[in-house]
Formats: sequence, C-alpha cells, structure tokens
Amino acid sequence: MTLIRPGTVAEALAALARTPMPLIAGGTDFYPSRQGRPLPDNALDLTGIAGLRGIGHDGDGWRIGAATTWTDIAMADLPPAFDALRAAAREVGSVQIQNAGTIAGNLCNASPAADGVPPLLALDAVVECVSAAGIRRLALADFLLGPRKTALGPAEIVTALLFSDPPATERATFLKLGSRRYLVISIAMVAANVSTDAEGRVQTARIAVGACSPVARRLPAVEAALLGRDLHKGPDSFEITPEMLSPLSPIDDVRAPARYRMEAVNEMIVRALGKIMESPHG
Amino acid sequence: MASIAFTLNGRKVAAEVPGVERLSRMLRESCGSRDVKVGCDAGDCGACTVLVDGAPVCACLTPAATVEGRRVETQTGLVATDQLTRRLADAFLAHGAAQCGICTPGMMVTATALLRGTPTPNERQVMDTLGGVLCRCTGYRKIIDAVVAAGLPIDARTDASGAVGTALPRLDGADKVTGREAFGDDIAPADTLELRVIRSPFARAHFSFGDLDAFVANSPGIATVLTARDVPGRNAFGVIPGFEDQPVFAATEALFRGDAVAAVVGTPSAIAAFDPARFPVTWEELSPALTPAEAKSSGAALLHSNRPGNLMTGGRVFCGDPDAALERADVVVEGRFMTGFVEHAYIEPEAGYAIARDGRVEVHACTQAPVMDQEGLASILGLPKDRVRIVPTAVGGGFGSKLDLSVQPFLAIAALKLGRPVRIAYSRAESMAATTKRHPSEITLRIGATKDGRICGFDFFGTFNTGAYASWGPTVANRVPVHASGPYRIADYRAISEGIYTNNPPAGAFRGFGVPQSAIAQEVLFDELAELLGIDPLDFRLGNALHNGAPTVCGQVFSQGVGIGACLRALEPGWKRERDSARAFNATSIGTKRGVGIAAGWYGCGNTSLPNPSTIKAGIRADGRLFLHQGAMDIGQGANTVIAQIFAEVLGVPVSQLHLVGPDTDVTPDAGKTSASRQTFVSGNAARLAGAALRADILRRANAGGDARLGFGPGYIEVRDTGGIHRLDLTSLIPDEEGYVLKSQETYDPPTRPLDADGQGHPYAQFGYAAHLAVVEVDITLGLVRPLHFVAAHDVGRAINPLLVEGQVHGGIAQGLGMALMEEYIPGRTENLHDYLIPTIGDVPPIETLIVEEPDAHGPYGAKGLGEHVLIPTAPAILNAIRHATGARLRQVPATPDRVLAAIREANA
Repeated sequence: MTLIRPGTVAEALAALARTPMPLIAGGTDFYPSRQGRPLPDNALDLTGIAGLRGIGHDGDGWRIGAATTWTDIAMADLPPAFDALRAAAREVGSVQIQNAGTIAGNLCNASPAADGVPPLLALDAVVECVSAAGIRRLALADFLLGPRKTALGPAEIVTALLFSDPPATERATFLKLGSRRYLVISIAMVAANVSTDAEGRVQTARIAVGACSPVARRLPAVEAALLGRDLHKGPDSFEITPEMLSPLSPIDDVRAPARYRMEAVNEMIVRALGKIMESPHG
Repeated sequence: MASIAFTLNGRKVAAEVPGVERLSRMLRESCGSRDVKVGCDAGDCGACTVLVDGAPVCACLTPAATVEGRRVETQTGLVATDQLTRRLADAFLAHGAAQCGICTPGMMVTATALLRGTPTPNERQVMDTLGGVLCRCTGYRKIIDAVVAAGLPIDARTDASGAVGTALPRLDGADKVTGREAFGDDIAPADTLELRVIRSPFARAHFSFGDLDAFVANSPGIATVLTARDVPGRNAFGVIPGFEDQPVFAATEALFRGDAVAAVVGTPSAIAAFDPARFPVTWEELSPALTPAEAKSSGAALLHSNRPGNLMTGGRVFCGDPDAALERADVVVEGRFMTGFVEHAYIEPEAGYAIARDGRVEVHACTQAPVMDQEGLASILGLPKDRVRIVPTAVGGGFGSKLDLSVQPFLAIAALKLGRPVRIAYSRAESMAATTKRHPSEITLRIGATKDGRICGFDFFGTFNTGAYASWGPTVANRVPVHASGPYRIADYRAISEGIYTNNPPAGAFRGFGVPQSAIAQEVLFDELAELLGIDPLDFRLGNALHNGAPTVCGQVFSQGVGIGACLRALEPGWKRERDSARAFNATSIGTKRGVGIAAGWYGCGNTSLPNPSTIKAGIRADGRLFLHQGAMDIGQGANTVIAQIFAEVLGVPVSQLHLVGPDTDVTPDAGKTSASRQTFVSGNAARLAGAALRADILRRANAGGDARLGFGPGYIEVRDTGGIHRLDLTSLIPDEEGYVLKSQETYDPPTRPLDADGQGHPYAQFGYAAHLAVVEVDITLGLVRPLHFVAAHDVGRAINPLLVEGQVHGGIAQGLGMALMEEYIPGRTENLHDYLIPTIGDVPPIETLIVEEPDAHGPYGAKGLGEHVLIPTAPAILNAIRHATGARLRQVPATPDRVLAAIREANA
C-alpha cells in the first residue's frame, strides 16, 4: 500500500503505465468520495511534480498549472478577465479546501456543481493533457463529458489550463447562489466574460451556467443576443427568452427544484451583466 | 506501510502509515494528537483543521504521506508555542466562544493562521476565514468577538468572582481551549479493537445472514461478528417505560435505513480494510411506510405488533368549549403547517470505548444521560446495574440525541464477549442515518379572536412522525398539547397530538421536544389574527399574555414567576425602532425588502408530571480539599459551572475552592439527564440543598452562627462569626469509605401533579418564557432570506451566569434559524454536512440578548431553565418577518429560496 509521489510528469506516466490507480492532487474530492469503503491500496499524488503548480504567461497567453490551488488563483495577479475565476476560487468550499484543492482536480472530479467550471468555460479555457502518446489540448467543453466523466484517458494526466490573451477591455463576474453563506454547494452559478468597444457596446460575450445541467454549459444564444448591445442601457433592456436557456436541463434535488433553478438563472444572468457594467471600465 | 518524517508542533517525528492514510488518522492514532477532531471526514466541518507549512487544511482530506519533510501544527502545539494562539485561548474563554469545545481546535487553529497574516482582523475577515469551520453550540457571534478581541491590545481577562449572577468563564474551559479536552473518540488506546456496525440499506427489509463463522475465519484480523443472538439480556431498549421497542440488533426485519443488524469487530487495520459490501447478509426489500399517512392507511404493515394503526401514542389537553368559542369568534384563521426531520448535527459523532474487567463492563462514551445509559445497558446485558459503569467523556454537542443509547450496547456486548477493549466512532453518515431526529410534523390549527383582540377558541391537531422506534416520541406527544397554546391565556382550547410509527430513523428528543414545531403554527397564525383585527402584533400578544394568577390551558395557576409580559415589553423599543427602520428602507429599495417579526414561547422545565429527581453530593477530605460530585452532564451548556456557582454560593466559599468530580456512575450520584432544560433548575436545587446541608454541618460542629464566613486551609476549616474565629480540625475526623471527613448529599424533585384525561393538572413546577424579534432582508426575485438582526428577551428567573445565558441564547437562535431557513434531513439523501446544511459563521447576524429576571419561587436563587426555550420563538419570528417584508405566507419550513419565492408569487397573485 503506497502513495506514489513522482517528481516529474514522465515518472507519473511511467507509474500509471505499470499500475492503473487513482490520482490525488488536493485530496478534497478523493477522500469524501470514498467514505464508508476501504481506501485504495495505491494512489498517485500529483503535488510533488515540479512545474505542475503555478501561474505564468508566455508569448501566447496564460497558463495555470494543473496542481495550482484555489488560494494561488485567488491571490494571483491576473487581468480583469480572470475576475470571475478568482471570485469562484474564493467560493470553493472553505479556506481549508482552497488551500488544498486544485484547479485540475475540480475539473477531473467533474461535478455538475463544480465552482471552477463556469468561469473556465467563460474564459474559453483549454485543457492540456499528457500521456505516453504525447500532449493533447482539448477545449474544456470537450474535456467534460458528464457527471463524474471526463475525456481523460486511464494513463493520462492534466498538466495545465491554457488561456489565450483576453481583450484588454474584457471583464468578468461570477455569481453563486446557495442556501447559506459559506461552504455551500450551488443551486446555480453564472459566470460572464464580456468585452466592450469604446462606446460600451458588447464586442465579445461568453456566459456559462453551472449546477443546472449535467455539465456546466455556455449559453450561445444569450451571448449572440448581447453582441453589439449597449449594456449601459440597463439590464431591463435585455430579455432572456426560455429558448436562450435551452442548453440547460436542471434537475430537482435537495438544493432546489428545477423550475426554481431556471428562474434563478435568468435573474442571475441579468445581475451578472449589471455587475460587469458597474465594474471599472464598464 | 510508509515511514513519514515531518515536524509536528516543532518536534521531528516519524510515523509508519499505510499509503493513502488520511493525515487526521495518522496524527490521532500514530502521533497521539487527539486534539485533531474528526467531525465528518469530508471537509464539510473543518474540525480537523491543522496548519501545514502555516496554511490551514483539513487533515481528513490530506494524504498523510504528503507532509513528509513539512511542518504540521495542531491546537496543542500552537497553544504551547504561539503567543497568538494563547491570546485566542484567553479570548475564547472570556467570551464564552467555546461551549462543548469540539469545534474549538479547528476554530482556533484557523484563526491563528488569520492572526499571523492579519494581526487585527475585522468581523468580515474573521467570517471569511472561519467560514469552513462549523459550530453547532455557540451561534458563532462569540467566536467572532473572541477572534477580533485577540487581535486587539487589551487582554481578554475577566474579574468575575463566580458569585451567583456573575459572568464567570466556564470552569471546564481551559481544556477546551488548549486541545486537551477528551471526547468520545479520544479515550481509547490507539491499538484498541474497532467495531463497525452493519446497517440496513433499505427503509424496510427482511434479511438473513450467510455463514458468519466462515466470514470470521476467512477475514484476517476480524475477531468476531455480533448479531441479535449475542445480546445477553433483553434485545430491546428505549427511554420511556413501556416503549422499549428498539432492538440493539434487528433479528429478522430492519425497520429503517440505518437499522443495525450486526457488528464486526477487528483490529484497526482489519476494520480499515473491511468492505461492508462483503459482509454475508442477504436483503429482501419490503415496501416501507415513509409518511404518517402511509403508515395509517389500512393495509399498512405494523411496525410493532402491539401498536395498531402504527399509532405510538397521543396526547390531549382540553379546556372550556373550543367549538362554541370558534363559532362566536369575530375572526378565525387557520392553517396547515409542515416541518421535516431536523438533524442535531453536533460536530462530534457518537463515539466511545468499552472495557470489561472483574465481571463488570465500563463504557466511556459521550452521553447526556449516564444513569439512564447504565440502566438501559444493564437490561440489555442481563447484568445487575452495579456491574455496569458509565464514565462519560466530554460531549461534543448533544441537543437531545445523546440522551439515547447509540454506541454503548455494541461496545459493551463486544467487550464482554471478547474480554478485550473495543472502540467505535460513528462516521458522519452513520451518525446521521442511525441516530434520532427532530419529529417531522403536520399541524392543523384554527384560532379565533374577538374584535377587542382576545383569543376566542383554539383547535390544534398535530401528527408527529416518530420514525421506526419510540425513543422520546411519547414525550413529544405529551408536551406538545400542553405547550401549543404558547404563553397565552386561552380559555377554550383543544390540542390533540398523535405520534405515528414510520420506516424512518427514530425521531426523538431535540431541543424543545416538538414545541418549536407547534410554536410555528401558533405564532404565525397570531400574526394573521392581529393583521385581520388591525392590532399591532406585539400589542396583540401582550393583550393575551399569561400573567400571574391566570390559568394555563392545563388549569395550572402560577401566583408568581410568569414572565412573558416582561419579555414582550422588553422588545417594545426594538420593535418600534426596527419597524421604522424597515419602513424607511423599503420606501426606496426595490429588489430587496426588509421585515420585522416577533414571536414568543414558553417551556416547562423538567419532566411532564413525572418524578424527576437530581442528587448532588459534596465532600471534604481531611486535607481540607472540597469536592463537588457534579453529575449534571455538561454538554457545552455550562452545568459544570452553574451548578458549582450555586453550590459555592450557598456553602459560602469561592468557586475556585471546589474540585469538580464528574458524572462517573461509580462515584457520583444521579443528577438525572441533561434534557428538558432541567439542570439549572433541578440539579441546581439539589446543589443548593447539598451546599446548605454541608454548611449547616460545619457551622454546627464549629458552634458558629448562620452568618459565619468559611475559610479552608490545609487540614482545617476556619469559621468566623461575630463570636470570633472557630477552627474546625479536619485531621481529627474519621474519613468515610470515600475518604471524606464531612459530606452532604441532597436530592431535589420538582413538585408536579399528574394530568387527567383532559390534560388538566400541574405538569411543571416552573416555566421559562421568551420572546424574539427578527429582522430579515428578502431578495424578492431570488427568494433568499438574510437575517440581519435578532433581539431576544428571555425570562430566566435569575441569571446564575449571564455569560452562559448569552451562550444558550445565541446557540438556540442559530439552530432556530437553521430550522427556519435551511435544515431538512431526508433519509438516504442528506447524510452528510454538505447536503444537510446548518448555519455557518456567515449566516448568524448580531444578537441582542435581553435578560429578564422574574424570579421563580421554586428555582435556585429564582432561576429557571433556558436551553430549549431559545429555539422556540426563532423560526416563527423569522417567518413573521418574511411575511412583513413581502406578504409571503410560509406554511412549511425550511423556507428555502424556492419556497419563499413561490410564497411571494402567491401573495402577489
């Protein structure tokens, strides 16, 4: 019984090739999902791998290492387009969870209510995966396949999240709705990334909603309807029709009924857009 | 196994652990750090927080092997080495920020990390940092105050003398704020055999076992399997005579999801590797009755053959002519109200340790009722009572559920069978699935009133879902009709209750015994009556409030001590101020609306019309040391402190003179159970009598006058009165078998009288009274309710310790808030602390406590009970505030955002 602690990605892949085993990064989902049953004999810890944790910028854009914690992200000096992601980082569980939980762990756990996913969808994040076959890069929407289901292969690990440079005017916001203040699983989440031209007209818009479908979803029809619109005219000038929310398929669960979720999402999108306009440069 | 080398609290250590072991388990079992508390094993409660290289993390989510070469700090180490943690410890004590103490290490470790980076944090920073540590006792406000205070230059010290009426910090607090307090799972040696209970995965099922002997033989490290056949005595227990209907192990049919059918005992590593799915049991799922309606329907299977219609029992109080009164009333309101299961959610899951020796069995476990445990176990084990010893550990929260046996029978049976010590700690999921809950209720109520605002007719029917076994269901059924009137004069009254068995977890005792449920119906309808009549809701309540000399619905007339009027009047300034302020806010606010609600409550202290004695013993040794055998279980509420204050005051010594002896059944007499808000009143009176008797003995021996002052020295007592100084030489007296040269032991039993068939009689010797004001803000498009402020007026007769009174008020309000807005236990779906939500530190707003002292003739120094009273008015005050803000009429709690939004829509339709 061992926790294997490789120091490099190559060592990690070699170990996985020898013995398939679960991966642990922060452990914040690994342990809770194994309650009441014996822990596995072996697991592979990713936190000892050099270079897997950290945030940087190269010529093409931003790179957030897979084992970067939510605290790292909340504290990072990032452009305003990452404000939704940083706000979500502060809402992931608690300080304790944020200090351990990692960005890639949140994706690989593939919870429909993962706090990190809507802001990452709204950032058009790309997932970098490495296996013996080499590196592949997947759009986040292609990486997340369903509840607890991802495109990650059995001997493959996520190494980073990649982001192309956002327009300088892009701003972002994140709203989370839950029944208590802290440490709460969302009833619904909205992340919005919007850039505007000099007149304040929407140039780009990406809106993503979490906890209202098996995998968090972008809302292309809402995004399209926003293009060219002057958001300073106020949220009332923008109507969200039921068709625009058709990618969502919320369920009734202990947190809320589906019908409420749809109504709440509608209101939250309006509020998110209002909040973006209130932010500096808005 | 891997060897992990790291620095623990400044010491270099190494531990051998299996590969994927949790850090929490390694610290507790391999490194002796039992100050790391495990509340959930899922990162939901934060109790196990430790610092790894200075950063707070949940030790239950951290692979032990990852701390190799790193620095780990826990509560005991921080208190020993970090000045900031020591300041926190002082501040937690002075502010009463630790009640039961189970969350205290997690709180203080996390707060230490905050103070290291932010030396003078504000409230918001404290809340943002401590949002991941749950507390079920304090309501968090004292914790916020303590952490803020620890960052300020003034030392948080107190000069309370300990005299009755002073805010003495809890006497048992030092261990709680230094990580030394030992709870149910903190006693057993690390290599003790462990026990795992096999429980039904179905709400109702037949079952049969495979070859258990072969299972044991083929499972290395498994010592034995226990089933119903291993129960040496009676395989049934309960808390109310005649209702002992819960088996230790079901024999052939499991009656709820979580019902115990067997237990496996083995070495720690064998139990860690044990997969319950491999246990040889075959289930045949049967159709369950999950609601009272299903259980009452014809053709429903009986859960217990002696209870036709699945009716456990009922209760009834009747006076006047309610039908005629409702007929002649000028206005009548009615409603049907629903509440769900509520989980106690103490942060300490049930845990304990048993050892058999010399033909006896000792059980060290968390409990609210040591002597009831002893009696229950004696029956289960088929042993005389004196062969069972209960040594209660510290209790990490109880709130009613730890009145029942849980781990104790399994442990005792296993220890006796194997002749070796055995331990268990329930997992969070097991604790939630298997132990008692607050009763779900369905209440229909009609209340009439005349134009002048007098109640005219009250007709109540409540169905209480008591789950699979009776537990404290009969108490709920009896208490509710007595209390459903609220603290009001109602001449024409009918209240009927029924407790119905269903295939659910047993519903039992939970702070208020059904009264919080009935108060919701009554207090919400009172607001509707006031509105119909155009009378201010506070004036309406004052106009109907009980007063000295007015009969209760049971025909009981108190000539003194009725404090509800004083409580309601205490709210008047806040009521006017907050209503004006809400009106001003609402005049300009569009998306959010504020509302102010009030509600009142009352609660009879002690058992309902049943004997309810407490005994307190004290003794003095020849060396002059004074021992108080304090048997009233302190579950965080403060009995260790309050009982000691009363005793010391009567004896005439400072509290610091006392050595407390805990409720070990071998050495301390029965002070009854910690329930029914009885300890300050009943055990307090026993302490008063014991103190008086000991004082009288000393004065008699010293031939001193009644006003003499006592001073204790080594081997003597100095007695000073107007006649001079008398010195009582203790060394010349003969010690008794306990080593005491002077001793007193006294019993108090509150005077009550039986209730007749109409519920007429004297159910309680005293009631306590309460009235709350709640201010809420409602987000009217999302249905979110945010409480902004509470004012809580409580008639406690005499506040023996105002600091502890405030602690009870804050904690009760937090639980009432949870019941009102977020808490609903659904078997099989919310068996954890992320699907079952209790308030966090960000959910409880400032609370203003107004202590009202309307002395009670029976109470020690006039004191009344308090613990349960607090929870009663909170939820209806919140619902009334929501209605004031939005017009929404909520008939069901919790008032989750979707329900609130739907009610707002309905009100506006």
